[in-house]
Amino acid sequence: MNSFTYSRAENLETALQEKTTSLEGRFIAGGTNLLDLMKVNVEQPSHVIDIRHLPFNQITGNDAGGLRLGALATNAETAYNEQIENRYPLLVKAILAGASAQLRNRATNGGNSLQRTRCYYFYDTATACNKREPGSGCSAINGFNRIHAILGTSESCIAVHPSDMAVALAALDATVKVTGPNGERTIPFLEFHRLPGNTAHLDNNLDPDEIITSIDLPAKGFAEYNTYLKLRDRASYAFALVSVAVGLDLEGTIIKEARLALGGVAHKPWRLPEVEASLVGKEVNLENLKNAANALLAGAKGYGHNNFKIELAKRAIVRAILQAAKMEDLT
Amino acid sequence: MEKIAEKGALDKPVVGLPPTHTITLRVNGSEKKLQLAPWVSLLDALREYLHLTGTKKGCDHGQCGACTVLVNGTRINSCLTLAIMEEGNDIVTIEGLAKGDELHPMQTAFIEHDAYQCGYCTPGQICSAIGLISEGKAKTTEEIKDLMSGNICRCGAYTNILAAVQEVWQKEGGDINE
Ligand SMILES: Cc1cc2nc3c(=O)[nH]c(=O)nc-3n(C[C@H](O)[C@H](O)[C@H](O)COP(=O)(O)OP(=O)(O)OC[C@H]3O[C@@H](n4cnc5c(N)ncnc54)[C@H](O)[C@@H]3O)c2cc1C
Ligand code: SF4
Ligand code: FES
Ligand code: FES
Repeated sequence: MNSFTYSRAENLETALQEKTTSLEGRFIAGGTNLLDLMKVNVEQPSHVIDIRHLPFNQITGNDAGGLRLGALATNAETAYNEQIENRYPLLVKAILAGASAQLRNRATNGGNSLQRTRCYYFYDTATACNKREPGSGCSAINGFNRIHAILGTSESCIAVHPSDMAVALAALDATVKVTGPNGERTIPFLEFHRLPGNTAHLDNNLDPDEIITSIDLPAKGFAEYNTYLKLRDRASYAFALVSVAVGLDLEGTIIKEARLALGGVAHKPWRLPEVEASLVGKEVNLENLKNAANALLAGAKGYGHNNFKIELAKRAIVRAILQAAKMEDLT
Repeated sequence: MEKIAEKGALDKPVVGLPPTHTITLRVNGSEKKLQLAPWVSLLDALREYLHLTGTKKGCDHGQCGACTVLVNGTRINSCLTLAIMEEGNDIVTIEGLAKGDELHPMQTAFIEHDAYQCGYCTPGQICSAIGLISEGKAKTTEEIKDLMSGNICRCGAYTNILAAVQEVWQKEGGDINE
């Protein structure tokens, strides 16, 4: 780890002020991603601002009739919150599918969405990586890319966003509330993360001097028909190769509303509202689901080692929708 | 000879000394005052400064669970937090579980079930198991396995560890419903 100075922010104003005055400063919340990256010199902040004591650790109701998740509430507090359990079981499943009990006890809701890619070249400072060092190239495109993206990639980066929670938040149409020197703003979750384009070093649309204060869930939670299907190399404690978050509204076997988000396939949670719209009014049957899966994967491109993800994702989508609809016997 | 020369050089640093903070950590019920640089992890503070070497450093990256300790009653990886961030918290390590000569029930269960294998991951396994029970979320054997999966055991002692955790869990009133 490099040397750095540390301060504990007692209120939002001082946190923001310190961030603006220290160019290479970083907020630390749970620390489970930042410290990991500092230990391998991928992150080298000159100053670390501990924001854990700011008053953003509650889970409360919001104006939309949904719930507001404090950015500093832990992943465990969120997943085991009774209201979340009752109203947003999809979110619970996604959070509990990620990391380990120890990590979830410390990892925060804000930090989770801001965690950086697990691309092994990003972690290895001896290799070229546009995300770590803009302009240096991408070692993954022609390298070992089994865990890499198949959708929305660019020539500069094929990394995936590793968060499970973010996939559920995308499906649920959450919004992110942030505060910066110019005041507050709200970013729809679907517009929070970005595709790599030719600015691979930017994971999201948060400005460097902004802080996430909360994540808001709309009233609708798809509590009856939902699933989070995570496919990975080990049964637990491993990142997703492909994951699918599904929320459905059903009338009998007819789809009234559908939400489908994919994890492990792109630089952001992958959702195509037009594919969801195309399912409305359709029956839950294999043909309709396969069509939706094909449409979601349209334009998918493999880079060699990760070609298998295209077919894996299609099958996972079909299985996940059937699981959410409680109609798994159809397979 | 070279070594001595190096050491001599170290005594007279050319660059400034690292910025240190005086922090007080509450570990196993007693307050410890320490002079630490901000980058010292809780794990390193416990092992290198407080000489509580029961907590182990495996991967140092949150991937093995060997460094698990209890903070304010919940389990965390002490390698992924800074000691300075833990000021004001109640930290319990493997050394703090027994009351005098009386072992914690989880320690006893580990002995009874031969769940102790190497000394390396056992302290983390025991702290994690205690956290699992106090969190009260596991209802089935599968859930115990899942909620213990943050602790990797390279020798494969999982079966006996599971039996030990289940025993304490049942004694504490948990029932297996599968
Ligand atoms: C071994 C291991 C396995 C894991 N497995 C999974 C998995 O399967 N699925 C999964 O989803 N995750 C997994 N994780 C990642 C884990 O979920 C994240 O590390 C965690 O959610 C990050 O949250 P944090 O609060 O610790 O973030 P920190 O490390 O504190 O911060 C992360 C980043 O966000 C910034 N930041 C934090 N909070 C704010 C805020 N409020 N406003 C502005 N900036 C902020 C920090 O400056 C930093 O850049 C795993 C981690 C490890 C170590
Ligand atoms: S895929 Fe992205 S993160 Fe990985 S090496 Fe290429 S540029 Fe870096
Ligand atoms: S040493 Fe902390 S998890 Fe491995
Ligand atoms: S108990 Fe240490 S490797 Fe199994």
